[in-house]
Amino acid sequence: MGGSLILQTAARALLPLLLLLSVFLLLRGHDEPGGGFIAGLVASSAFALYVFAYDAATSRRLLTVDSRTMMGVGLLLGALAGLPAMFRGEAYLAAQWWDVSLGPISLNTPLIFDIGVYLVVIGTVMTIVFALAEAEEN
Amino acid sequence: MNALVALPVVIPMIVGALSLALWRSLPAQRVLGVLGTGALLAASVWLLITVAREGVLVMHMGEWQGPFGIVLVADLLGAIMTVLGAITGFAVAVYSIGTVEESEEKFGYYPLLHLLLAGVSGAFLTGDIFNLYVWVEVLLVASFALLTLGGERAQMEGAIKYVTLNLLSSVLLLAAVGLTYGMFGSLNMADLSDKFAQTEEHGLITVIGMLFLVSFSIKAAAFPFFFWLPASYHTPHVAVSALFAGLLTKVGVYALFRFFTLLFDQDVGYTHNLLLWIAGFTMLTGVLGAAAQFEFRRILSFHIISQIGYMIMGLALFTPLAIVGGVFYIMHHIIVKANLFLVSGAAYRLCGTYELKHLGGLYRSRPVLGLLFLIPALSLAGMPPLSGFFAKFIIIRAGVEVSAWPIVIVALITGLLTLYSMVKIWAEAFWKATPDNAPAPPQASGPMWPLYTAIGGMALMTVIIGLWAHPIYELAHTAAEQMLDPAVYIEAVLGETR
Repeated sequence: MGGSLILQTAARALLPLLLLLSVFLLLRGHDEPGGGFIAGLVASSAFALYVFAYDAATSRRLLTVDSRTMMGVGLLLGALAGLPAMFRGEAYLAAQWWDVSLGPISLNTPLIFDIGVYLVVIGTVMTIVFALAEAEEN
Repeated sequence: MNALVALPVVIPMIVGALSLALWRSLPAQRVLGVLGTGALLAASVWLLITVAREGVLVMHMGEWQGPFGIVLVADLLGAIMTVLGAITGFAVAVYSIGTVEESEEKFGYYPLLHLLLAGVSGAFLTGDIFNLYVWVEVLLVASFALLTLGGERAQMEGAIKYVTLNLLSSVLLLAAVGLTYGMFGSLNMADLSDKFAQTEEHGLITVIGMLFLVSFSIKAAAFPFFFWLPASYHTPHVAVSALFAGLLTKVGVYALFRFFTLLFDQDVGYTHNLLLWIAGFTMLTGVLGAAAQFEFRRILSFHIISQIGYMIMGLALFTPLAIVGGVFYIMHHIIVKANLFLVSGAAYRLCGTYELKHLGGLYRSRPVLGLLFLIPALSLAGMPPLSGFFAKFIIIRAGVEVSAWPIVIVALITGLLTLYSMVKIWAEAFWKATPDNAPAPPQASGPMWPLYTAIGGMALMTVIIGLWAHPIYELAHTAAEQMLDPAVYIEAVLGETR
């Protein structure tokens, strides 16, 4: 199975661009439009494009991590991001801002939470897409 | 230590996420299931002890102050319910080791179990009506998936009825939440209670109250909205049945208790009278439905409905003693009912069927299981000195005190018919000789000790509630005092901002 040559070539060119865009959206998320959810959708659209151009197995290999594991890790990050506040005697999920920054990016619990959302969205969407694509291929 | 309030919600979420991340390793998921629910139980008990000592605990999520932010509130009722949820979760996790098939585990049984428990704890602890809706959806989504795990024809048929009616109830709940927000501009329960007390528009409040009543009645499987329950509870895996039987309808009952003590107590003559009618019909239809059944789990399913009637009766009478009885009844019921389903699963493992006609000879071959069945069964029917006797006694006494004779008579008849049903199961499944046409027992896939451990532990708790009824009564009494005095709750949530 597989799509046309044009689609395959386009998918190869678009995949890195879409992934870069998704990371950009993820990191600018807290103060400006963007965030983990939309970034996750963009990233999963890149992998979904690969499913259409090639097949589910190729896209799975490209994702390297099992999509369900990704969901679990993402949920875990999201849940854990609320905990540091509790060690400082504040309420669960209260945002913590740390004085570590990497250029324009600073480290804080909302960022960790957003990365968690990012992974959950990719994991969920890809689990659905793979299940549908594999059902059709068989 | 206000952070404690979040633990019963956070622990199952973290454990659930971990078991999802460990998707491939089933042994790890099993161990995590027991450890995670054990940790949930420990945290809930700790929460209950703290609340009993220090009063209502409140946490403003993310430090956003109520009534604008979302609050988690643990008063005694919420804390008691959380502990009961954790006990059931723990027992079911242990039980699952011996019964859940590998094919079911592979489709995410354990992550879903934890997600369901997170939803249940969240619903018990939230102090925000929209957040309550969200938690109810979380637990429903998990329950939809658990209900159809295995994918047999009967399961799909049950699931369609279950999903349809529960979605209808969710839509009503959301509509009621929306109307409340539109009229009073708040979603915080404490704030709403305050606003309801000040407004003159009692008619409109009652209308909203009725919407909530219908929605929660569907979830609680009260008359006349109970059809989905006996249509679906006998179809899934038995560990799932037990979990549902113990917890899901009780979320509806809890919500009724919360809403009709804290929020809708302006027109008690109307609302609580209606509740009393519902209670009476729920008891009768449930127990009569059970009398006509000859399938182990179907009988138990109908008895869930009739027992819900007793709890609603406690709420409807709306005297301090009646509320105490209602809370006591919930405590007794969750443990007993979940346990009876666990016993039915053990009988299935030994005989390969749930049909009473084909069951038999269990007392001769497994006398211990017979004893472990008798404890929750007689407790359900209200035999002293087991937990059910005190639960029924308190509620019926409360009815007698206000001379509500019709409902008292209905409650007594229901108790008698419950005894009939339990004796029916005992005589058919345990006492009579093994019938000739009995099917061959299924190929045993797991060890039996997890089944006996879970059933024995729950039975022990039933006996303890019966023998040490006084401290439990005191606890329920304090919980009822808190519920009947909304000022305590409001003060705890809004005290800092008012």
